[in-house]
Amino acid sequence: MIDVIANTGARCLLVCQLIGRSGLFLVNILGWGKGFKAPCLRVIKQIHHIGVLSLPIIVVAGIFVGMVLALQGYSILSSYGSQEAIGQMVALSLLREFGPVVSALLFVGRAGSALTAEIGLMKTTEQLSAMEIMGVDPLKRVFSPRLWAGVISLPLLATLFSLLGIYGGAFVAVNLLGIYEGSYWANMQGSVLFYDDVIKGLIKALVFAFVCTWIALFHGWHAKPTSEGISQATTATVVQGSLAVLGLDFILTAVMLGGF
Amino acid sequence: MSQKAQVFVECHHVGFRRNEKAIFSGLNMSIKKGQITAILGPSGTGKTTLLKLFCGQLIASTGEVLIDGQDIAELNRTDLFKLRQRMSLLFQTGALFTDMSVFENVAFALREHTKLPEHMIRDLVLLRLDSVGLRGAADLMPSQLSGGMARRVALARSLALDPELILYDEPFTGQDPISMGVLVNLIRQVHEDLKLTSVLVTHDVKEALSIADQVFILAQGKVIGSGSPEQIKQSDNPLVKQFLYGHIDGPVAFHYPAPDLAEQVLNYD
Repeated sequence: MIDVIANTGARCLLVCQLIGRSGLFLVNILGWGKGFKAPCLRVIKQIHHIGVLSLPIIVVAGIFVGMVLALQGYSILSSYGSQEAIGQMVALSLLREFGPVVSALLFVGRAGSALTAEIGLMKTTEQLSAMEIMGVDPLKRVFSPRLWAGVISLPLLATLFSLLGIYGGAFVAVNLLGIYEGSYWANMQGSVLFYDDVIKGLIKALVFAFVCTWIALFHGWHAKPTSEGISQATTATVVQGSLAVLGLDFILTAVMLGGF
Repeated sequence: MSQKAQVFVECHHVGFRRNEKAIFSGLNMSIKKGQITAILGPSGTGKTTLLKLFCGQLIASTGEVLIDGQDIAELNRTDLFKLRQRMSLLFQTGALFTDMSVFENVAFALREHTKLPEHMIRDLVLLRLDSVGLRGAADLMPSQLSGGMARRVALARSLALDPELILYDEPFTGQDPISMGVLVNLIRQVHEDLKLTSVLVTHDVKEALSIADQVFILAQGKVIGSGSPEQIKQSDNPLVKQFLYGHIDGPVAFHYPAPDLAEQVLNYD
């Protein structure tokens, strides 16, 4: 009995410690660094690594998710005879849910794991220590640009995902299922609201971007400096990042739709 | 000059523990300005840890580490980073930034800490690379360098900001005789040319004794012998002797502590 209580206590302490450490870490990496041009260039370089190189997977996934949504939506909507509303359905599900959530999940798998592994390896080979000893704060020099790059990239990727999904849906609905093209777009235009759907979706993507990049960087920074440590850290990034996205998605949706 | 001003690094009764295990206890050491100091000791005595204590990456649990008269534990982050610009540490593996070319590695500190125009940075970097004989390798990436070359680039990089104190972590480990000779020469030459204070942490006795002015031998968390190379060679401390001449058995036992062999073999249950 005492053991159970002691273990629970120890667990709680560990969790508190983790929250404290990751919070402090976040405060330290939120900075920007000296000057304007040099940090900007670093952020742009990281946007290339994190964002641009994630484009292929986002493009392919976006188109296919859109096409599948059109197929599924058609089979349900047509049973009510309202298959003309398919444009609305595809656009709303993409903008509100699939765009931010699926791109965030892909982002964690593609960019988050890469970030963790890269930083873990920099730590293992003492590059971060070397930087620190040269009087340069690695948190500002290495981590901050990556955080900002992640925060900028994911909302753009999510937007692109939704956009391509809508075109993918249009292709299936109009060319394969024979929906009148005018009603696909007109239904969408009539029902999608800029603030309620587009902006709220973007807010989600922004929150996911922030949390996923934070998780990835934190695990890289705290990876044990062995090959096993890096593999554990990468796995932790993907698992915790994905769970965080799904959990936060529920919370954000509940808050923004205000169903309570 | 007073006695105080001639000392660069000072340790007073330094104690340090990691996971309940005491690495140092009551360590005293003072490293004089303008000399090459070698810190020798068997593997696992915490030589690298000692260098990290000097740089303030780790903080001693008891006692104090003074760098140029300043207690490193009491500096705030800004002052610590300022102090670090005056010293540099050469890592065992070189720790070059793998995403930058050799040139950019050496230019890194200059770009971060100075506002020199690009052509000046270029000249300085090429001069530094030339002094380690690798001007021709400026455009290579770290992955294309051999171990010895990487260490020389790292040396050029640590010299970029004209430090006053340079710490070498195992500079000779895993080097072939040629690059070992090159490194020994470079360390001595750089020391004289730039009027540095150099600290070498190593277990290569021969090389260390050949270039050092002052030697400390560490074992069991303490300094067990110190003085000039000649004094060290004549020491009659059995532990110092065992280490210097590489005897297999002695105060540092060949056997890891274990119960009696006969007893353990016969009492199988």
